[in-house]
Amino acid sequence: MTTVTVRFSALPAHVRTARLVAAAVARRSGVDEAVLDEVRLAVGEACSRAVDLHQRHAPDVPVTLALTDAGTSFRVEVVDAASPEAPDASPIDLAETAENADAGDGFDGGILPSNVGIAVISGLVDDLAVERRGDGLALCMTWPLGGHGQRAAAEAQSAKAPQATA
Amino acid sequence: MDLSLSNRPEGDKTVVEVGGEIDVYTAPRLREQLVDLVADGKYHLVVDMERVDFLDSTGLGVLVGGLKRVRAHDGSLRLVCTQERILKIFRITGLTKVFPIHDSVEDALAATD
Repeated sequence: MTTVTVRFSALPAHVRTARLVAAAVARRSGVDEAVLDEVRLAVGEACSRAVDLHQRHAPDVPVTLALTDAGTSFRVEVVDAASPEAPDASPIDLAETAENADAGDGFDGGILPSNVGIAVISGLVDDLAVERRGDGLALCMTWPLGGHGQRAAAEAQSAKAPQATA
Repeated sequence: MDLSLSNRPEGDKTVVEVGGEIDVYTAPRLREQLVDLVADGKYHLVVDMERVDFLDSTGLGVLVGGLKRVRAHDGSLRLVCTQERILKIFRITGLTKVFPIHDSVEDALAATD
């Protein structure tokens, strides 16, 4: 099992960095190319959500992204330090929101409900768990690894072998 | 890849070409572009997303905001997108029912309500 952990200041610009790192580690772990877009989007949504919460409630605290290759699965955890309440991860239909939203000042930022990011994640990721961590939440997303992942694990094993026999 | 934006008039419509990544960091620039166009009296927009590599819910919010703005002037906002990874997020959020989504700019330009 190997882990890469990134801690970043709660700035929108760093969300892209988080996506790039997540995609690179996922690829290295053997996540299927077709699934990488899903990982990228889910990590982006989770990190955007965390950055938004931190900017409002805990601007000096960094957001944590942990990427774990567990051999048969690839696990992503995005941990914030400022979730007052558990988010609503139920499926979302924005059609009505979009049709009815007021043409007043709630035009953009506030036009979509705040749980849209997490609804996108739950629409994308089959295996999503939300756990309380201190003042915040950890969004844990897991993807199964196919043959490539097993091969990477096997490579890691054989790389260790010479040391074991020495 | 960063966000790239350009626009050009096509008949009574304006084509907005978007490329790169639309996320929490770059979405404000797209919003600014749409706001400027509407302020300039351009109420029929075709947003060409064929060169967009990444779109998240912040980007969706900006597009919905743009739609509200043009509709306030009896305008329209059409999208051009054939990329499955981008279309997926519109489907997950139910927004395929809100935006007319076309396969090509020509198709979007020819469309009328």
